[in-house]
Amino acid sequence: MSLRTPIGKVRGLGSAKEGTHHFWVQRVSAVALIPLTLWLVANLICMTGAGRDDVLDFLSSPFNAIVMLLLVIAGFYHLKLGIQVILEDYVHGEGAKLVTSLLNTFVCFAGGAVSVFAVLKIAFGG
Amino acid sequence: MAQVKRPVSPHLQVYRWTVTMASSILHRATGVALGAGALWLAWWLLAASTGYEAFECVQAFSTSIVGMILLFGVTWSLMFHLLNGIRHLAWDVGYGFEIKTATTSGWVVVVLSVVLTIVAWAVGLSMTGGY
Repeated sequence: MSLRTPIGKVRGLGSAKEGTHHFWVQRVSAVALIPLTLWLVANLICMTGAGRDDVLDFLSSPFNAIVMLLLVIAGFYHLKLGIQVILEDYVHGEGAKLVTSLLNTFVCFAGGAVSVFAVLKIAFGG
Repeated sequence: MAQVKRPVSPHLQVYRWTVTMASSILHRATGVALGAGALWLAWWLLAASTGYEAFECVQAFSTSIVGMILLFGVTWSLMFHLLNGIRHLAWDVGYGFEIKTATTSGWVVVVLSVVLTIVAWAVGLSMTGGY
């Protein structure tokens, strides 16, 4: 016998009311990051010893700027989701969990905002 | 009821380490390390957009001994997390769950991540004169 209501079973959202959303977006961002990080590594290798002018030149290309934007957005989103799981697993006090989760969200959004701003500033001509 | 002091699971120190167990915890550890790497990238981008002085500041840190060791660690973390992430995605669609397969893929990820890190650094350092 199950105490779950028929509508609850159909919705399939579970006790956290989110269903598989977190799991799914973690995988979507993971798949996106495979080509994006390979692109970053290849380009960072090529930019070994590069000066600021070389970086500005690199990001003045629309393609490079757009891919870099996709990378930092997917990256910081994936990071936020991943750290959230670690916090939920290892931080047991409700207060500490709330504070560290908020901090995680703020730091990841800040890192993403800083990166997006910097790339756009360079791409639109510094 | 009397409290009996039984060992509380999981008591990690009594387990024999296996590559599947190590790659699991390393996936999390490298994920956290990549968080630091992501902030480093954000700092690098912001400095590049700000000015020559700010950029030199990041470069001075990144090319210092401590910076290079950290960057090497971030490179390996990225390679490991990337390869092991692909291993996880294969599991997510239902492949590679047999113990033998999981052990083999674990070793492949560990060895390949080290090889790719060394290759990346070798190519990068050989290109230093390019700029």
